[in-house]
Amino acid sequence: MTPFVNQNEKRLLILIPAFNEEGAVGGVVREVRGAVPETPILVVDDCSVDSTRGEAIVAGAKVLALPHHLGLGGCVQAGYRLAYELGYDYVIRVDGDGQHDPRDIPTVLNALEQGDCEMVIGSRFVDGNGTHTSWLRAAGILFFRAMLRPILGRPVRDPTSGFVGVNRTALELFSATFPLEYPEIEALVVLQRKRFRFVEVPCRFRPRRAGQSTITAVKSLYYMIHVLLGVFVNVLKFDTRRK
Amino acid sequence: MDPLFDIVAIFSLVLIVWVLSSVRRAHIRVEYSVSWLLAGAVLLVLSRWRTLDGWIAAGLGISDSFIALAMIAGAAFLVVLYRLSLRISGLKDSSITLAQQVAILEFRLEALNEKIQTPAAR
Repeated sequence: MTPFVNQNEKRLLILIPAFNEEGAVGGVVREVRGAVPETPILVVDDCSVDSTRGEAIVAGAKVLALPHHLGLGGCVQAGYRLAYELGYDYVIRVDGDGQHDPRDIPTVLNALEQGDCEMVIGSRFVDGNGTHTSWLRAAGILFFRAMLRPILGRPVRDPTSGFVGVNRTALELFSATFPLEYPEIEALVVLQRKRFRFVEVPCRFRPRRAGQSTITAVKSLYYMIHVLLGVFVNVLKFDTRRK
Repeated sequence: MDPLFDIVAIFSLVLIVWVLSSVRRAHIRVEYSVSWLLAGAVLLVLSRWRTLDGWIAAGLGISDSFIALAMIAGAAFLVVLYRLSLRISGLKDSSITLAQQVAILEFRLEALNEKIQTPAAR
């Protein structure tokens, strides 16, 4: 049996949250294995009703199967919890729909290993190719950029990116506290509350391989209100603002 | 305004009977029925005891006693709904934590089984 716990010094885990991604998840796992061989891959199956779990196992990933649907945040946090319990130093999250290019994983890992930050965001807007973003999402990104700037005290170019790497310090934090529904933006504010740092590195984004995004046009308004409220509540929890 | 008070009384009785019936059939747990039963009882008393309505309306500075009753009814249901929202939020948090822990335990159990069944690992 191939040990799930990596024996190399980096102790990196690739985390792939997936919900009904049978058409894409297998290919994503194989691509990740090609990009970072010998690195354990954990697919967190958010109680899919299709064969996501089987496809991931066939492709060579280990699967953490949730007993009922938790949503993206709960799904990612489950992976963070397991990674933290197993003693991983770094976790890089890659979406199960194939939008993230696994060849960028070493870029994210290198930035984490520099030790200047607790979280690295793979950004499509830092010399990347943001052209694969829909107009609705692009408008949302512009809005959240403007909103987050005064809160974070610095610009963030791709606040909705799910291509994220964390070190063990952030892993400990997110194992205990992680936004449950639309986590990316709120996670930045949670990070800021603890005075943790993040950097953005350029990454390639592609159209999703199969399936449809969970954030439809109709859900966008709910998404905006939910995230705004979540950010507001997190701002209220700030102990002391960074000077 | 009397028919309105009668309607509130009937509504209160229906609510009380409905909740008691749900409790009897185990559709609602007893601890969650208390808020609804209290709200129903308060509305029933207020809809029948007009003097008390008058006192409350005077205390609130409202000329119409039915408006005072409607305000109390609204407030009572808001309190009940808020209590239930608190409870649901707590239960959802517990459910998420529990689901994550179950998944992690199953994962570790499977890993352990694989380790035991692999001769090389012995």
